[in-house]
Amino acid sequence: MRIDGKGLIDRTKPVRFRFDGKDYAGYKGDTLASALLANDVRLVGRSFKYHRPRGVLTAGSEEPNALVEVVGPTNQTPNVRATMQEVFEGLVAQSQNRLGSLRFDLLAVNDYLAPFLSAGFYYKTFMWPRAFWEGLYEPLIRRAAGLGSLSGKHDEGTYEKAFAFCDVLVIGSGPSGLMAALTAGRAGADVILCEESHALGGRLLSDGGTIGDQPAGEWVASVVAELQALPNVRIMARTTVTGAYDHGTYGALERVGLHKPARPNLPRECFWRIVAKHAVLAAGALERPVAFENNDRPGIMMASAVRTYLNRYGVVPGKRVTLFANTDQARGVARELMAAGVTVAAIIDPRPDASSVEDCPVHVGAEVVGSRGRLGLSGIQVRKGAEIIEIETDCLAMSGGWNPTIHLTCHMNGRPRWSEDLAAFVPMEGAVPGLVAVGAANGSFSTHGALVTGHAAGLKAVEALGRKVSVPVPEAEDMPYRLKALWAVDGKGRAWLDFANDVTTKDVKLAAQEGFRSVEHMKRYTTQGMAPDQGKNSNVAALAVLADATGRGIAETGGTTFRPPYTPVSIAAMGAGGRAEGFAPQRFLTSDQASRDWGAPMIEAGLWYRPSFFPKPGEATWRESCDREVNLVRQAVGVADVSTLGKIDIQGKDAGRFLDFVYTNTFSTLPVGRVRYGLMLREDGLVLDDGTSARLGDDHYLMTTTTAAAGLVMRHLDFVHQAFCADWQVRFISVTESWAQFAVAGPKARALVNSFLEVPVDLPFMGVAPVRIGGVDGRLFRISFSGEEGYELAVPTRYGEALFRDLVARAETMGGGPYGMEALNVLRIEKGFITHAEIHGRVTAHDIGMEKMVSAKKDCIGKAAATRPGMWGPEREQLVGLKASAPISAGAHLFVPGTEVHRETDQGYVTSVCWSPTVGAWLGLGFLKDGRARLGEKVRLVDHLRGLDVICEVCNPVFHDPEGEKLRA
Amino acid sequence: MRLTCPLCGERDRREFYYYGAEDYLHRPAEGAPLAEWDNYLHLRDNPAGVTKDLWYHEAGCSQWLLVTRNTVTHEVLGAEMVAGRAK
Amino acid sequence: MPELIAKTALEGQSLTVGTSTLAEADVGRITSVAVFPGGAKAVAKGLKTLGLTMPEPNSLVERKGARLVWTGREQAFLMGVDCPELEGAAVTDQTDGWTVLTLTGAGAVDVLARLVPMDLRLPAFPVGRAVRTQLNHMNVVILRLGEHAFEIMGFRSMARTAWHELEAAMQMLAARNGTKF
Repeated sequence: MRIDGKGLIDRTKPVRFRFDGKDYAGYKGDTLASALLANDVRLVGRSFKYHRPRGVLTAGSEEPNALVEVVGPTNQTPNVRATMQEVFEGLVAQSQNRLGSLRFDLLAVNDYLAPFLSAGFYYKTFMWPRAFWEGLYEPLIRRAAGLGSLSGKHDEGTYEKAFAFCDVLVIGSGPSGLMAALTAGRAGADVILCEESHALGGRLLSDGGTIGDQPAGEWVASVVAELQALPNVRIMARTTVTGAYDHGTYGALERVGLHKPARPNLPRECFWRIVAKHAVLAAGALERPVAFENNDRPGIMMASAVRTYLNRYGVVPGKRVTLFANTDQARGVARELMAAGVTVAAIIDPRPDASSVEDCPVHVGAEVVGSRGRLGLSGIQVRKGAEIIEIETDCLAMSGGWNPTIHLTCHMNGRPRWSEDLAAFVPMEGAVPGLVAVGAANGSFSTHGALVTGHAAGLKAVEALGRKVSVPVPEAEDMPYRLKALWAVDGKGRAWLDFANDVTTKDVKLAAQEGFRSVEHMKRYTTQGMAPDQGKNSNVAALAVLADATGRGIAETGGTTFRPPYTPVSIAAMGAGGRAEGFAPQRFLTSDQASRDWGAPMIEAGLWYRPSFFPKPGEATWRESCDREVNLVRQAVGVADVSTLGKIDIQGKDAGRFLDFVYTNTFSTLPVGRVRYGLMLREDGLVLDDGTSARLGDDHYLMTTTTAAAGLVMRHLDFVHQAFCADWQVRFISVTESWAQFAVAGPKARALVNSFLEVPVDLPFMGVAPVRIGGVDGRLFRISFSGEEGYELAVPTRYGEALFRDLVARAETMGGGPYGMEALNVLRIEKGFITHAEIHGRVTAHDIGMEKMVSAKKDCIGKAAATRPGMWGPEREQLVGLKASAPISAGAHLFVPGTEVHRETDQGYVTSVCWSPTVGAWLGLGFLKDGRARLGEKVRLVDHLRGLDVICEVCNPVFHDPEGEKLRA
Repeated sequence: MRLTCPLCGERDRREFYYYGAEDYLHRPAEGAPLAEWDNYLHLRDNPAGVTKDLWYHEAGCSQWLLVTRNTVTHEVLGAEMVAGRAK
Repeated sequence: MPELIAKTALEGQSLTVGTSTLAEADVGRITSVAVFPGGAKAVAKGLKTLGLTMPEPNSLVERKGARLVWTGREQAFLMGVDCPELEGAAVTDQTDGWTVLTLTGAGAVDVLARLVPMDLRLPAFPVGRAVRTQLNHMNVVILRLGEHAFEIMGFRSMARTAWHELEAAMQMLAARNGTKF
C-alpha cells in the first residue's frame, strides 16, 4: 500500500512492469520489491527445500526470499534480488523455484514431508540401494537442486570490466561513509565513493533524524552535491564492493544497465578492479531476524526494511503492523508508522525492563511464539509469562539487533572478534592492510558514532597521504545500543534461521546431536548459509543456536569464513570481453586474406590462424586436398606462409658465445652466411625447443624458434642472459612481426625463387643471403622442413601479402601452388622432422636421437642434467617411425604383439600420424622403449578411444630421402 | 596482488610471470657433482614467512626480478632486477 | 620482376565513437636501440646528431619529428627518422613489427581504463610518459602525447584484436550516455 507524502520516489514518473504475467505500476526510484509491496503483492517466491510461501524480508542486497527471474530480450537472469532490482518501463520478472503457479506450487508437498527432509536428509536417504543411484536418485536430486532457471540461449548481453585507482576508497555512503569521503575529498585526496544502492545516504534515507541543524535528507543532499562538485571525488552508485584482495586491490560490481531497458552496447554490469592506497569500510550493519515458529511467512519482515519501505518508498507492507524487537532503536519504526496513520497493533519487546510507553499496546518481557496465514501473515501468537495472546496482524516487523557488515575485513583470512556488549562480531583491526572499518560496520550504531568514526578514518588517510584538512563533525543522535540477545524463541515447531535454504533451529540442533559440532561441519550438514545470501541474515544466529546446543560460548564456537564475493557476481561480468573471439588475441598472417579468398579453412596454431588446406574444385575431403598439396611439393613447387615461427635478432661481440650457452651445439664457429639447426634444452635436461639460427654478420645472428615456443624461448633467453651473463656484449629482440616469411619447396623451388630476385643467387644448402625483390630488401634462406629442396624468402611484413599472392600465382604456372598446415605436417612426418608433438616437454636429446648434438667441448644450459642416469639409455622411450597399412592415430599406445594390453606392458606411444601419399602407407612418429634397437620389429598399436588395433612396422623416422640428396640438390 | 618493478613502477600481478625460488640464480659450476645439480633443480624450501623468488615482467620491461615477500602476510618487501644485482 | 605493394595491418582506418577517435597511424621508421654494457657513451654521442638522449624509464624524448621512446632496460625505440650510425648498441629495425593506433578525445582515458591495468589519468601519467603494459591480453607500449592524446603500439599481427577491443570499449562507454564513466 502506498502512503501519500512519503518516500523518495518520483511520483511524476510512473513506470509499468510485469510480474508473473500480470502488469503493475510503480514509480521511478522503486525497487521491484517496493513496487510489488505497494501493489499489495506479498507472495513473491518459494523457499528452496520445502517450497514454503515467501515474501520480501529485507530492503537490501542481503535479501534471502525475494529472488526472482528477470527476463530480458536475450537472457533470463535467475536469483535477482527484488530488493535490488530497480523497476523500469517494460521490466519483466517472474517468480522461481515452483512447479505450477506461485500460489499453488505442487512441490509444496515437500513441506508436509518435512519430518523426512531434516538436516543430512540426502546423506541418510540416498545411501542405498546402490543401484538406485544413477537411475533414480541422481535425476531426482538434479531436478530439485538449484534455484531459478536460465533461458537456455546464448547470453548476448554486453558486459564490461574496468580498472580504477584512488588514494581513498570509501565503501558505503551512509553517515560514516559520507563523512569519510567528505573529509578526504576536501583535503584534495583522490577519492572513490562506492554505494550499492542507486541513491547515496544509506540508512539516513530510511531513518530520517537530524544532522547538525538539518534534516538528515538535506544533509545528505548537501554533502553529495559538494562531493559531486569536487573533481578529485568519483562517486560510483549502484556499485557493490565485493572483495578485498592483496595490496589494496578491491573488486566491485557496478550495475550499469540492469535498471534500464536493454540497449545495444550498454553493459549490463561492469566489474571494476579498484586499487586504493587506503580504504574505509562504511558498509553499515545487517539487521538479524529472530527464530520462532513459522517466522517465515510473507508479511514477516525486518523492522529496518519496514522503515525503509515507509520512508524511502512511501510503502507500508500491511494495514495492522506489529513490532517484535529487542532494541530501543527499533521502536522508531512503530512511531513513524503511527505518525503516517498506520495502525500498529502491538509492540512485543522481550526485554523485561524495556519501556512500555508508546502510543500503542506494548508487551514487555514477551515473545512471539507463532504465526498463521497460509500465503501471508494474518496473525501472531505472543507469549507473555504463562499467557498466550493472539494478535491479528498482516505485517510483523522484527529485529534481533544488528550484525556489523564485516565481510570484507575477513577476505584476507582475518578473523572477527566477538563483542559481548553488542552480541555481534566486529572487525579485527588491521585484518585487511590499509582498510579501516567505521560506523555501524565497526559496531558504532548511532549516527553520532558513524559521523565521528567516518571523520576519523578520513582524517587518518588524509594525514597518511601528507595532506591536511579541517572538517567539523556535525551533531547527531547518539542513542545507546542496549539489547538482550535473542536468537531463537523456545518452542516445539519449526523456527527458521536460513530462509533461503530452509534451515531451522531443529536442523542445527540435530547436526550438533549427530556429532557435527564444528561450525564448518554444521554448515555443510545443514546447508546453513549456503544459499545466494550466503547466510548474511542467519549465520550468527545459527552459530548461537549451535553454541547453545553444544554448551559452548559463541566466541569459542567461532564463525565460518567469509570469502569474496560479498554479493553474487556474474561470471559474465568478471570475464567481460572474454567471450568467443575475445578469449585470446587473434594473430593474423599477412597472407590471411589471400588464404581465405582461396577458400582455405583457417585453424588455430597457438594464437595464430593458419590455412589448413586450399581446396580445389572437385575435392570432397580435406584428405584429397592435402594429398594433392603434398604431391605438388614433392613433384613441382609449393608455397606456405611460415611467418609464425619465432624470429629473434641477436647482436653483439658475445652473440655467438651466448648461442653456444643456450644451444647444445656450437654456433660461434658458424660461418657468416650459413644456417645451422640448433637444439635447446631446459636446465633440467629436457628439450625446450629446436630451430635454425643464421649468422648474418660477425656479431649478428638470427634465431628461429618454433611457432608454439616463441614466447617461451624469449622468456628463457631473457632469464639466461639476465641471470648468468648480463655483462656479456649481447642484446636481442624479437623480429617475428617484422618479417613475412614464405617457404618455397619442391624440385622447382629454385626456379620460382630466382624468378623473383633482382640478382639470382646460388645458395648452398643451409645458406643465407640478403636479396633484393622488386626494390625491396629481403633475405633468402636455403632451409627445408619438407625434405625437398627448400627456400624461405623473407620480406618486411608490409610486403607480405603482395609477395604471397605473387609467389602462389607463379607457382601455379609451374604446376605448383599453396600448401596448408595439413600438407606441411605430412611432409615433415615423411621426413621425420619433429615438432612440439614430439618435443612435448618430457623428452631428452637422447630420446629424439640427438644426444650427439650436445657438445662435449662446452657447457650449455641443460647439459649437466642431460647426463644424469635415467635421462638416457635403452630403458627410455626413443623416437621411431611407424608404418602401417591401416589408419593409425596419435595418442595410441604401443605393445609387443601377443602380449596383454595394459599399463605395465605399455611399450610407448604415438605422437604424430599421417597418410603418406609419397610412401603409400600410414606413417607415424612415436616413442618406443629402446626403439632405435628395434627397427624392423612389429609392434601392436592400440587406441581404445578410437577402436584401433593395428600392427605397425618400426622404422627409421626418416621415410623420405633418408640420404638427404634432394635437400642438397 | 601488486608488485613494484624497479623500472616500470607498481603494477598489477597480471603483468608478471612467476617462475620459482631464488635458487635458480645459483647455477652450479660446470662439472659440479650431480647432487649439487639435483639440489639446484629440484630441492626447494617452502618457507612460512619471508621468501625470495623470481618473477618476469613479461607484459612490461621483460626484466627478471628477484622479489622478497612474506608468504604468510603477503607483504612484498622489495624487488630488484636480476640483471643488476651484485654478484 | 614482382611489384610488391606495401600494406599496413589496418589500411589506415579510423573511427569516432562518442568523444573518442581511434585511428591507425603512420609513425615512420621504428628502430630498436639496445645499449651494450659499457656502450652508453658511444650511443649518446651517436644520438647527438638527432639532438636526443636516451630517455628515462617510462618516458619519451622528442625533437624535430624524431622521437626516442623508452622500451626497457638500456633500450629505446627511435621513431620517425632513420637511425644514424650508432656504436655501442644493437640496432634492429622494428618498423614492420608494430601497428600504432592513436586514441584521442575526452573519452580516451576512460576507454583505456577498460583495458589497461594502470592508472593513465593525467596526474599519474602525464604528457611525455611512455609505458610498457597490457591492453587486455596484449603487450603494448602506450605513449601520452597530450591530455587527450595517446598512442598505442601493439604487435602488427594482433592489430585487428587491438582495434576490436578498443572499439568495443568505446561503444560501451558511449552507450552509458552521459553517466560519469
